[in-house]
Amino acid sequence: MKHKVVQKVENLGQLTVQYLERLGFAMRLFWDSFYWLIVGRKYKQRVRFAQIVKHIKMDGVDALPIVLALALVVGMMLAIQLIYALQAFGAQSQVLLAIAKSVTREFSPLITGIIVAGRSGAAIAARIGSQVVSQEIDALKVMGVVPVRYLVLPPLLALMISMPMLIIGADIVAIFGGALFSVGKLDMSITAYMVESFNVLVVGDIIQGLIKSVVFGVIIVLVGATTGFYVTGGAEGVGRATTTAVVVSISFIVLADMIASYFLTQ
Amino acid sequence: MNAKQQTQAVIEVNNLETYYGQRKILDGMDFQVDQGEIRVIMGGSGSGKSTLLWYILGLYKPDGGTIKVLGQDINQISFNDHLKLKQNIGVAFQSGALFSSMSVGDNVAFPLREFTDLDENTIRIITRMKLEVVNLGGFHKLMPSQLSGGMIKRAALARAIVMDPRLLIFDEPSAGLDPVVASEIDDLILSLRDTTGVSVVVVTHELDSAFKIADRITVLDQGKNLLTASVEEVKQSKNKRIMDLLQRRSRHDKLDPEDYLRRLTQENYTLS
Repeated sequence: MKHKVVQKVENLGQLTVQYLERLGFAMRLFWDSFYWLIVGRKYKQRVRFAQIVKHIKMDGVDALPIVLALALVVGMMLAIQLIYALQAFGAQSQVLLAIAKSVTREFSPLITGIIVAGRSGAAIAARIGSQVVSQEIDALKVMGVVPVRYLVLPPLLALMISMPMLIIGADIVAIFGGALFSVGKLDMSITAYMVESFNVLVVGDIIQGLIKSVVFGVIIVLVGATTGFYVTGGAEGVGRATTTAVVVSISFIVLADMIASYFLTQ
Repeated sequence: MNAKQQTQAVIEVNNLETYYGQRKILDGMDFQVDQGEIRVIMGGSGSGKSTLLWYILGLYKPDGGTIKVLGQDINQISFNDHLKLKQNIGVAFQSGALFSSMSVGDNVAFPLREFTDLDENTIRIITRMKLEVVNLGGFHKLMPSQLSGGMIKRAALARAIVMDPRLLIFDEPSAGLDPVVASEIDDLILSLRDTTGVSVVVVTHELDSAFKIADRITVLDQGKNLLTASVEEVKQSKNKRIMDLLQRRSRHDKLDPEDYLRRLTQENYTLS
């Protein structure tokens, strides 16, 4: 019998190889998507504009109410916490600056990324996973349709377009949420608070959020699609893939957020 | 083989070898289907029937040997040529593999929308015609989930023939169907070949179906082409494997309890 430690090391090695393989697969999906975007027409692999629009509606427009609602709550929550903390230094007037900067650079992209990962990442994994199980992917291949072009590229482009739009909406609503709580403490009107918030922001603040949103969109689609393509074990496998897609994409979003914050705040 | 025979072959598989991990699945397989022929592939589970289909369809790269489909070596041709080739091959999967998010009509129209520049009216007319061929006229608006097993197989057949292919491939077309519906599918396959001259390859376990539609039957066993012969020749074969298959006898050798216990307790044997 193998020693338990040897067995554990072996298992760990196998797991590492599996994860690296999936990471490579995700990178390949990203590369292939843009390859087919550029050369698709030449090889009768056209990207349908209608499909992209459908995904923008499904993954972007339909997510707007929940994204805005949570942005409002986050804005208010930040105002409550920051006013409490800044009071200690007699600097509660700086809450406006703190909310504007933290919302645009950090909270809007993060909250939006997590919500979209829960909605769209899970949906992509479930859709592709069930298509793997029911041989729909094989059917596409034997017909001559490149699955990446048909299944991955449309949601990828859709999220790269709609994530920045969602972030801009979330920025405005989160600052408004902060205003709702802060105006009483700062003795300002909501209009004056909003105008002053936009005045303290610089282009770099907005750009940082937008860059993050595009990166998060790419992560959500690649993780969802990779998990979907690797589904085994029928309906149960699809269920597992859905959960995995959400957990992994949120983890990657938080990690990417930290890395992006480090480099974009130098 | 003379030059005339070569031009008539729609599928030529020579010495095909494939592995799954360390296990050899197809072992020097030779297989040929002629123009206008209905060829049935039979064999027990794990004999390599479906694997052979997947390699003929170019879903995987073989480890050895050559596969020519409609005169082209599928592992040597360019992407564009392979794409054109695929449009000449219609495939009906065992499960139907209809796109669950599309109606029956959209499923059938899918290849036309992807690969032709036909206008929507023409696509609609062609789609309806193909659905009529498989006796599904008027069902174009239904979703796949609203269809019975037999209807799903027929819709898949309509999608397979929508581009007027030269080669049709069926994976278990009658599996899971009652005898009457299975017979209808067999009649459809025969009628399609007789009216269009299309070559057909069918993988099936159903003996009645195989004997009804086949011009020749290929029997696979352990990744090898055991016999390719006419229906009568297969029925009269004295080969033990073929007789077992035709009489639906288990092919498992009697298990030796001592050997079984020894294998279970081997060091490398784990439940995972």
